[in-house]
Amino acid sequence: MTLKITRRQFFKLGAAGMATSSMAMMGFAPEPAVASIRHFKLSGAKITRSNCTYCSVGCGVLLYSRGDEAINTIDNIYHVEGDPDHPVSRGSLCPKGSGLLDYVNSDSRLSHPQVREPGTDEWKQISWDEALDRIARHMKDDRDANFVTQNDAGSTVNHWLTTGFLAASASTNETAYLTQKIVRSLGMLVFDNQARV
Amino acid sequence: MRGDQINLQNIVARSASPAPSPQVRDGAVETVTKLIDVSRCIGCKACQVACSEWNDLRDDVGECVGVYDNPVDLTPNSWEVMRFNEYENEQGNLEWLIRKDNCMHCAEPGCLEACPAPGAIVQYANGIVDFNSEHCIGCGYCVAGCPFDIPRISKKDSKAYKCTLCSDRVFHGLEPACVKSCPTGSIMFGTREDMHELAETRTDYLKSRGYENAGVYDPEGVGGTNVIYVLQHADKPEIYSGLPKDPRISPMVEAWKGVTKPLMSAAIGLAALTGFFHYVAAGPKEVPPEEEEEMRAEEANEGLSRQDLNGQDRNGQGRPSDEEHRP
Amino acid sequence: MTNHWVDIRNADLILAMGGNPAEAHPVGFRWVMEAKEKNDARLVVVDPRFTRTAAVADYFAEIRTGTDIAFLGGLINYLIETDQIHHDYVRAYTDASLIVREEFGFEDGLFTGYDAESNEYATESWNYEYDDEGFARRDDTLQHPRCVFQLMREHYSRYTLEVVSNVCGTPRAKIEHVWAMVGETAASDRTMTILYALGWTQHSIGSQIIRTAAMVQLLLGNMGLRGGGVNALRGHSNIQGLTDLGLLSNLLPGYMRLPKDDEQDYTNYIQERARPPLVPDQVSYWRYYERFHVSLMKAWFGDAATAENDWCFEWLPKLSETLYDVLHTFERMHHGEVNGYFCQGFNPLAAFPHKAKITASLSRLKYLVVIDPLRTETAEFWKNHGEYNDVDPSTIDTEVFRLPTTCFAEENGTIVNSSRWLQWFWAAAPPPGEARPDTAILAGLFLRLQRLYREEGGAFAEPLLNLHWPYRFPEEPSPAELAREYNGWALEDVEDEERRIVVRAGEQLEDFGMLRADGSTACGCWLFAGCWPEEGNLMTRRDNSDPYGTGQTLGWAWAWPANRRILYNRASARPDGTPWATRKAVVWWNGQRWVGNDVPDFPTDSEPAANQRPFIMNQTGSGQFFARDRMVEGPFPEHYEPFETPIANNPLHPDNPLAKHNPGARVFEEDRANFGTFEEFPHAATSYRLTEHFHYWTMHNRLNAITQPEKFVEIGESLASELGIERGDRVRVSSKRGHIDAVAVVTKRIRPLQVAGQTVHQIGIPLHWGFLGETKKSHLTNTLTPSVGDANTQTPEYKSFLVRVDKL
Repeated sequence: MTLKITRRQFFKLGAAGMATSSMAMMGFAPEPAVASIRHFKLSGAKITRSNCTYCSVGCGVLLYSRGDEAINTIDNIYHVEGDPDHPVSRGSLCPKGSGLLDYVNSDSRLSHPQVREPGTDEWKQISWDEALDRIARHMKDDRDANFVTQNDAGSTVNHWLTTGFLAASASTNETAYLTQKIVRSLGMLVFDNQARV
Repeated sequence: MRGDQINLQNIVARSASPAPSPQVRDGAVETVTKLIDVSRCIGCKACQVACSEWNDLRDDVGECVGVYDNPVDLTPNSWEVMRFNEYENEQGNLEWLIRKDNCMHCAEPGCLEACPAPGAIVQYANGIVDFNSEHCIGCGYCVAGCPFDIPRISKKDSKAYKCTLCSDRVFHGLEPACVKSCPTGSIMFGTREDMHELAETRTDYLKSRGYENAGVYDPEGVGGTNVIYVLQHADKPEIYSGLPKDPRISPMVEAWKGVTKPLMSAAIGLAALTGFFHYVAAGPKEVPPEEEEEMRAEEANEGLSRQDLNGQDRNGQGRPSDEEHRP
Repeated sequence: MTNHWVDIRNADLILAMGGNPAEAHPVGFRWVMEAKEKNDARLVVVDPRFTRTAAVADYFAEIRTGTDIAFLGGLINYLIETDQIHHDYVRAYTDASLIVREEFGFEDGLFTGYDAESNEYATESWNYEYDDEGFARRDDTLQHPRCVFQLMREHYSRYTLEVVSNVCGTPRAKIEHVWAMVGETAASDRTMTILYALGWTQHSIGSQIIRTAAMVQLLLGNMGLRGGGVNALRGHSNIQGLTDLGLLSNLLPGYMRLPKDDEQDYTNYIQERARPPLVPDQVSYWRYYERFHVSLMKAWFGDAATAENDWCFEWLPKLSETLYDVLHTFERMHHGEVNGYFCQGFNPLAAFPHKAKITASLSRLKYLVVIDPLRTETAEFWKNHGEYNDVDPSTIDTEVFRLPTTCFAEENGTIVNSSRWLQWFWAAAPPPGEARPDTAILAGLFLRLQRLYREEGGAFAEPLLNLHWPYRFPEEPSPAELAREYNGWALEDVEDEERRIVVRAGEQLEDFGMLRADGSTACGCWLFAGCWPEEGNLMTRRDNSDPYGTGQTLGWAWAWPANRRILYNRASARPDGTPWATRKAVVWWNGQRWVGNDVPDFPTDSEPAANQRPFIMNQTGSGQFFARDRMVEGPFPEHYEPFETPIANNPLHPDNPLAKHNPGARVFEEDRANFGTFEEFPHAATSYRLTEHFHYWTMHNRLNAITQPEKFVEIGESLASELGIERGDRVRVSSKRGHIDAVAVVTKRIRPLQVAGQTVHQIGIPLHWGFLGETKKSHLTNTLTPSVGDANTQTPEYKSFLVRVDKL
């Protein structure tokens, strides 16, 4: 046996560790010395029913957040687990679903509109108004310059092919429907989502 | 199945405590058991992630060492890991044996037997063996005492950590986080009786599919465990990334428990009391920096020593080895 | 999925091929485990690698990537020649009896009508023979030499065990074993479910692989029954919904198709799509196309859409190409023909093939707008990340906007899972900082454009100025408003044929049967009609009871179409209306109507004697062995080699270079020059997802980064020892298009295959890890992959390409 704790160290550590117990024995204990179970971290949490948006199983998830939506709080999700009522997932989750908390709260989440100006090497924070105004201007300039009303054969085509749009397969149907409606009203055809790949 | 273990009388064993723990409140408290059916495990690591998420643990982002295992070993921040082994059976067919490795919650826990710090390790009436880190002195005796090489000492706070079987969840009537997450039903949870019944069913199923040696892993040497495995090849537990065939508490721990421990405990008690009176008289005593350095260096060496203790190098280089455990 | 996740438990045999469900869909895979345990089902895996799915399978057979048509074509041959087919089903519910035109033929790997110059087929000969009334001729005895059944039999007679083994590299005994297991499900009380995913779609012959699988299931009578079906396990959470809503270059919501530029006349446009039955008395539900179309135009353009202006037909953009798919787009972008590009929750730099080409293309944009909750590689394509993204920002003039959006936890709405369920979820917390929902971002842009066009005028502004925009807060249409809009509502009282009012003006529609082509209804997606009827939002339903023990849970959320859980479920009953087998029953005829444990996928009052067939969307009412003109490379699937193949020719047609690769595929010249040869890049590579990660998102999550922290590639032990590579060594994997460095996972799970007289080694390359996030920085896998797509869908061939491995 080669347990490498010297007697000296053992006593030292032992003494530090024993102190509480010893005091407990003497009635100085701040709390029951054996109450080792952690406080239940979900007590009082708000539970929101949701769906995982990774793969297409569509597992039910429960989002636990701090804050009761009172006016003086900003709710914050601090735990995610499976929804046992869900007929497919019945409470279970895969490693991605089990780690959803770190996606929601990832350091890589974007929080402000930004622009990278041509030729530069940095992001610059801008306001929403500036971002949307500038993008809308780009779109209109490009559309006005390149919109095709008729093709070479003289057929009406009414399409705009110089700006394209990739839609998100993790976005909601409501977002997708609005995207489709707007994109087609502009005459866009260069339009796909992850289903293409 | 509910825990009910927080009441002091529901702690049935307590480390380094001369006074025996209360035993009468066993009427409605059933022993809980986690069953891990290796034959249904796809190694997805949902349990690993769910464990860390629930327990607020975030290990370091490591590196790939040429296998699927990550983290490559248990750490103070990873209380369970999946161990993958590519095994060619007698028929020459490949089996990918994937075992979730975590605390076995032994009926006769070697860690608790070995622990010199009063109350740092407790066993509840429902069978869960829990570390009460507040009392942990970081001596590493639990590491020595564990026949499954489970506890890990944190360099951050010099305390031992391991799976609690989510004692907090179980106390509130929930299953452990790993159990809930498991997509394939490889990990199940319930009373010891129910889990053994299920284990028999699963074993029969495996036998009907040609695994003649399928069986339940519930080793006697530690009085049985409250985490049990269903194995396709129960005759060869070592092929599951070194699951010990006949785990026993080290005889040295038995010796320490039988003779040395009471004396040591008395000595510790005396030292603590001395410390306490010193504190009352002179305020907190700082550990001199150089002495602390020395202590830390010695702690660091423990990582090596625990391998010596177990008589085998378990992934010592951070590389789970397939070959070593092949029969 | 034709069936659904929980229904997998009703299967007797699960064939996981072209997918790795344990890896990519672990929780859905639970129902495979349940089938094994509760239904004594067997799981068979056919895959290039011994996967996580294989780890719990009853049988595993290795296969060379990209040869699935050979394997399944051989299976068709085996089933027919050993007479393990469901005869009554095949006769009654498929097109086996229909007679094909005499001109149709197949020779030396090519069908009739091929033009080598254009890589295109003239498809006139790929059709049935019709009688005077326009109905297909048939021979119910299936003996006519030109009936579909006999043609199919002849076509696959070449796919013998020897041929299949030679092409696929699968040992003969294993092929036979799998085929025999599959053959058992021809019994009418046994079903096989096929689970596939991108392992079938991401090939230059992907669509035809899936068709071959469907043909197998028709032969076995496994479509429409519990535990049967051809089940696409979709890759993303709402990829099904985005497809249903038509967010693809050529589609409108509900699988309606945009006009081509030669379709200038509205009536012809509708007629081309509103297809009549080709077999007497069949439903041919697309005949109602105009109802769906007009209702869509009313939802989009409101009062501006009138009968007089052909419901704004002119306002719809018309296609001058078959598709404006992503390969096509990046080819144009590469040539400077695209100025602006939006990436909404999409990371093309990481996700599209041939990264160097993507970088060069994005650099030619004037503006790029990335809308995403996370940092993405695409948004930073201009930024130098050392060897992993070695670019010079000063030379890239693209203006890049990065707009922060909400993630699922911060919004309300629905996604459609693979089971076709629309499930409503709720926001739990506000988004970080100034992040906004996509709807607000899109509305913000759109309203600005409207204002600019009003103020300045500009090109063809009518559609956008007249877009129906009835939202209470125009700057942020609410999910509820949008969901009610795609469900549809009545603009006027709608009456049935007997002049009874079925829905009043202003009310929500209950189903797509209420739609009208006269402008009295509006509906944003006919397929979703019924999800939010007058009684409320059915997508929020949470009744998980399963009274029949079938797993249908009809009270949970809402499934399209019409809340049906198993498509084509009429086929679960015999022609006389009784179930083929009680344990497989879904719907049956009770003497008055169709009833059962699911919503009948059939007119509920169509008595069996009316002889309507179950596949109501098809003009024949039947399952189609013969695809007529619907597939560009032929009506029967044929094996062609991947565009980068590790062997010299197509073993089925060694002497015809035109039939080496898919003859209908579109390849751009510069991309062709970037294909490697097996002399230089000898190993067959395939790329895939790991269970611990989701594409490039989870690189940003600490918990997931811990579980797979660093890029690796999988190499079989035998090749590794040949190359002197040991577990954990760093290796360089190169293709004609670039290289990546990674850690070597040396494994027994990939074995060398004997193919066409040579040894083929396969390399497994996970698609994850990039130069952002918490994991170790790495090259993007798609540095290696080739720019060529499936001939029908243009889905890139990520699953079969050539590489060389070198030890570093």
